[in-house]
Amino acid sequence: MEEVTHNATSAMNAKDSTTPGLDLRKKPRLSEALIQSFLFFCGVFSILTTAGIVYELGKEALLFFADPKINLVEFFTGTKWQPQLYHFGIWPLVTSTLMTTFFALLIALPLGLSVAIYLSEYATSKARNILKPILEVLAGIPTVVYGYFALTFMTPFLRTIFGRDVVEIYNTASAGLVMGILILPLISSMSEDALNAVPRSLREAAYGLGATKLEVAVRIVVPAALSGIAAAVIVGISRAIGETMIVALAAGAGPAFTFNPFKAAETMTGHIVRISGGDLSYDSIDYNSIFALGLLLFFMTLALNIISQRVVRHFREVYE
Amino acid sequence: MKHGSNPTDMSKSNDSQMVNNLPQRHRISWIWRLVFQVSTIVGIITLAALLYNILNSTFGYIVIETKVDPTSLTSSSLPVEELTKEQLITILKERISQGAFRTLDRQMPFDKRTRDEVYNLVWERVIKPDVKVTYSLVDSIIHKADIEATVAKDYPQAKLVFRSWLTPRFITTPQASVPLFAGVQTALLGSLWTIAITILFAFPLGVGAAIYLEEYASGNFINRAIQTNINNLAGVPSIIYGMLGLAIFVRSLEPITSGAFLGVVEDPTTANGRTILSAGLTLAILVLPLIIINGQEAIRAVPNSLRQASYGLGATKWQTVWHHVLPNAIPGILTGTILAVSRAIGETAPLVVVGASTFITFNPTSPFSKFTTLPIQIYQWTARPQDDFRNIAAAAIIVLLILLLALNATAILLRNRYSRGLA
Repeated sequence: MEEVTHNATSAMNAKDSTTPGLDLRKKPRLSEALIQSFLFFCGVFSILTTAGIVYELGKEALLFFADPKINLVEFFTGTKWQPQLYHFGIWPLVTSTLMTTFFALLIALPLGLSVAIYLSEYATSKARNILKPILEVLAGIPTVVYGYFALTFMTPFLRTIFGRDVVEIYNTASAGLVMGILILPLISSMSEDALNAVPRSLREAAYGLGATKLEVAVRIVVPAALSGIAAAVIVGISRAIGETMIVALAAGAGPAFTFNPFKAAETMTGHIVRISGGDLSYDSIDYNSIFALGLLLFFMTLALNIISQRVVRHFREVYE
Repeated sequence: MKHGSNPTDMSKSNDSQMVNNLPQRHRISWIWRLVFQVSTIVGIITLAALLYNILNSTFGYIVIETKVDPTSLTSSSLPVEELTKEQLITILKERISQGAFRTLDRQMPFDKRTRDEVYNLVWERVIKPDVKVTYSLVDSIIHKADIEATVAKDYPQAKLVFRSWLTPRFITTPQASVPLFAGVQTALLGSLWTIAITILFAFPLGVGAAIYLEEYASGNFINRAIQTNINNLAGVPSIIYGMLGLAIFVRSLEPITSGAFLGVVEDPTTANGRTILSAGLTLAILVLPLIIINGQEAIRAVPNSLRQASYGLGATKWQTVWHHVLPNAIPGILTGTILAVSRAIGETAPLVVVGASTFITFNPTSPFSKFTTLPIQIYQWTARPQDDFRNIAAAAIIVLLILLLALNATAILLRNRYSRGLA
């Protein structure tokens, strides 16, 4: 406040001493300019972060691919990842990543959508006020706790159902299912937002034509909100691919090329954590290889996120 | 065509059928309503199962076998618990080898250790309790008689005790290699130090960026790029930030993050930039997009009339922002920041990559100390195959969840208080 009055008086003095008639031009103020450039720096910092990620990951990944013993074709087609033997084929890590993601979606997609439809179309506001915070709690629990849950609850559970000989202690199914619980709140809350954005008039019109509640929800509201739901699912996939602690604890340590969900297999993120958690010497091929994996992971999730934003922008039904 | 599920078919040809089927349609509608409801309940059941699973491991019977019977240690009638520090030291001296005693003294002289520390040493080195079996809480309650019978048969030497792994002692003791004596003090302090640094860097940067984007930025190319970039950064997996931290803070900026530039390297042979400072900065970059996005929303919610009024009185842009926009946006900004911070507290993967220490028993003393945090501790304990490590992992999870709960409660309180003050 003082500053304001001070500025006002100084402006008046300036007017008195110079020519009559108001000078309405904007005065250059050093402190304002300084503050603005600091704020601009804050904004640009995020671009620096992205640049840093691409540069650092790219640099180490280039070192990895520049190694004469690394074959780029083998990297993208090989089915063996054995750093000790210089086998760097990415498929064992990718298949297990895809498997955990698949199981996660198997849980999160039907459940998440059902929850979203229930909360937006069926639940009374009282029920919603109780249910939503509970789901938010589920979203706020650290992932390492889910890892503990997968290892000490889901795995024994699967082993009692399918038999101890079939299900290994570490397996991708258990990790994937628990990951589904983790991304369920994400998918349900994003989808619910999309469903809520559908105007009431559409629902009323359908009711007026004699549709049942289910027909309104499934034939009218869900199709109208499809772009938002699709975006939610894509973000969920991206989250599942990048999820680390659950797979590090429950999916197993050691890349394995298998499609058996009850066998141990290491995912991309699990591998990065295990290698970097050990005694890691810089400039070793192991160190560089995890950066190659990281770069791939970064581009995969980035692509998914961009696709999800595109989906929302291009396919959104706009109602007035 | 008749049974086609395509909606357009239905509307064209099956109008009369739909009307005739009204009771059936209502039945289907009702069944699906049930399905949706059950799905929601499944979500809640999972949350309950998760908490049940944790509590189940935190309490329960354990079977302990001791190498030396504690009552045989003293000639007097006093139990070990009530002995003085001097008496405990004498016991240690008598029972362990000269060399081991001297090593202990060299690590930290005995006259500097507290009585409790010496007492713990007596347990660890002399009495050496060994957990043979652990039972879950539910087993302990339902099958109490069975457990007692089995233990009496299989472990005649051992004692059956009901143990709560979560005790005040658990929070105030440092890490140890034996679960019975391990605590989370080191990890808890590590978490708090790391978070303090995260807030110190992420809060001003994040709020600054939010102000810039909402109040200053025009819609030109750079500003749109910044906005898109922030949205994309929020979706980058946390482990990628860990690798960024490893490459930049641990390796490239090692002279700074290890404290060498200040000449305060604590343990030059081991820290190597894998310090609390590196961890805090990594987490700061991780939560920055969240703080910015939440901050933008809070600033956007401030009504434009306030700004116009301020400009109308001749205030400059910054005066308007500082005196009018920020005070009104601060409850939202704080809430967003606290939510972002609670995300940071639970993060594990990036810190493993940055290089959390696997085993340290001393508390952090400066930003340049080696570190471990609560989630890391939980991760390492869960990864061990022994049952009793799972038990302390569960106890540590409860500590972490309580910490998060407290943070979120603070967020709500802060918001209520501030918004009342400004109304």
